[in-house]
Amino acid sequence: MTESVISLRGVRADLGSRPVLRGIDLTVRRGEVVALLGANGSGKSTAVRSIIGQVQTGAGEIRLFGTDRGRFRDWHRVGYVPQRTTAAGGVPATVTEVVASGRLSRARFGVLRKADHAAVRRALELVGMADRAKDSVDALSGGQHQRVLIARALACEPELLIMDEPMAGVDLASQEVLAHTLREQVAQGTTVLLVLHELGPLEPLIDRAVVLRDGCVLHDGPPPKAVGQHALPGHDHVHPHAPAGAEPIRTGLLS
Amino acid sequence: MDILDYAFMQRALLAAVLVGITAPAVGIYLVQRRQALMGDGIGHVAMTGVGLGFLLTWSPVWMATLVSVLGAVLMELIRWYGRTRGDLALAMLFYGGMAGGVMFINLAPTGSNASLTSYLFGSLSTVSESDVTAICVLAAFVVLVTLGLRRQLFAVSQDEEFARVTGLPVRALNLLTAVTAAVTVTVAMRVVGLLLVSALMVVPVAAAQQIGRSFAATFAIAVAIGVSVTIGGTVTSYYQDVPPGATIVLLTIGAFIVLTALATPLARRRARARTAADAAGDPAECAIPGTREAADEVGV
Repeated sequence: MTESVISLRGVRADLGSRPVLRGIDLTVRRGEVVALLGANGSGKSTAVRSIIGQVQTGAGEIRLFGTDRGRFRDWHRVGYVPQRTTAAGGVPATVTEVVASGRLSRARFGVLRKADHAAVRRALELVGMADRAKDSVDALSGGQHQRVLIARALACEPELLIMDEPMAGVDLASQEVLAHTLREQVAQGTTVLLVLHELGPLEPLIDRAVVLRDGCVLHDGPPPKAVGQHALPGHDHVHPHAPAGAEPIRTGLLS
Repeated sequence: MDILDYAFMQRALLAAVLVGITAPAVGIYLVQRRQALMGDGIGHVAMTGVGLGFLLTWSPVWMATLVSVLGAVLMELIRWYGRTRGDLALAMLFYGGMAGGVMFINLAPTGSNASLTSYLFGSLSTVSESDVTAICVLAAFVVLVTLGLRRQLFAVSQDEEFARVTGLPVRALNLLTAVTAAVTVTVAMRVVGLLLVSALMVVPVAAAQQIGRSFAATFAIAVAIGVSVTIGGTVTSYYQDVPPGATIVLLTIGAFIVLTALATPLARRRARARTAADAAGDPAECAIPGTREAADEVGV
């Protein structure tokens, strides 16, 4: 069995007094592409944010590359793409400046050397944004902004990519660029954990899907096949693995 | 230049230049984190320090530094842990700080509200030899932090969540920003006064944003504006007998208005160039900038 890159055992987390994760088990092995699916409020973003340490967990164990998360220091092995927020920083910043901050995990004392600048340029080329390097990020469209955030995650040449809803609010052209970028990363052996609302154009890449509902893992296995009408956004997916009498899994945009 | 013949003016100008550099240098990170009013809050807390300095007959500058650093750390901790009603806790800190200052200075044998006024609105011409030493040491610290750690502070201020995943000590950097802001407030206290400190931290950055496209350029322009207005205000106050603090702040706001007026046609030209570039590359994305540009023209 290959090394597990991410491993969650019985992870619980509360936001305020509301339990959001109620004992999640999740393993992502080296080279795998795993999609974390579920409706709004199912806990998929919280699960990802607990892995990176942004959300405090109440119980359970989280390991990254076999090391307990509390003792994990090799952050340059992890690239993270947060959910794109509409609120950008208050001060203008260029595409290069934003992407360069992704290289800090490999730069000693925050000093970027020649090789680091080259890596930043490469990351921008990977997402097709090299021609916008000197533009202010405020001038970009939603899809272009998302490509910049992915370049920022790729700037440290990570072995593990964690992405929270990378396709949300992204135009078709950028979706294709993103799918292509991800395909190249996967071909190089990068491990990927994606939070997705629906499988969409990334479906062919995904090895395994983990479906959450109400903070519990409902399904862990091959990605649910969406065909015909089922593939339409807003369609409620009734999954064969769901326990009898369970609510349909709402993976659609409209649920 | 007879202005430089007087020792008190030499000290005043040196203090003014140091404030012109440090206030925007810290302010840019506060603006980036959308905490533009934090300097104002620290200024209020620093008043308690000034009052305590008079009461204990210590240097008010060092005492204000100590108290405002403690206040800034407390504010950062409230931001960190206080999930609910953090704004009320902060308000408590601000007004408590101001009331404490007034109370302590009136209890002090040598102090009165008149001596507090020179700290509230600045009193450049009374900057003493020891004040200048303190201001130099503190300004050196601020420059070291804001320039030396610019990449780390930029990352943390831009996206705290992402910064954590790059392994940066986010909490320590946040505390350092708060401490540096507190130190800057006390550096600027003698020049523009505690009530106007925040203006010098925020307005040069707001003005620089109008023409800067990158963080580095915005930083440089903001510091250039800061130094120009502090020197300009000090010299004006020498010849015209007007209060230097108020002159400096009004000059800064003037710079903001001028740069905003200059930037509007510039931004429009850039938007047009971008629309053209996007239209050539990707027809699907040219619609939105085009509409936005039309809307801009309606407003002017």
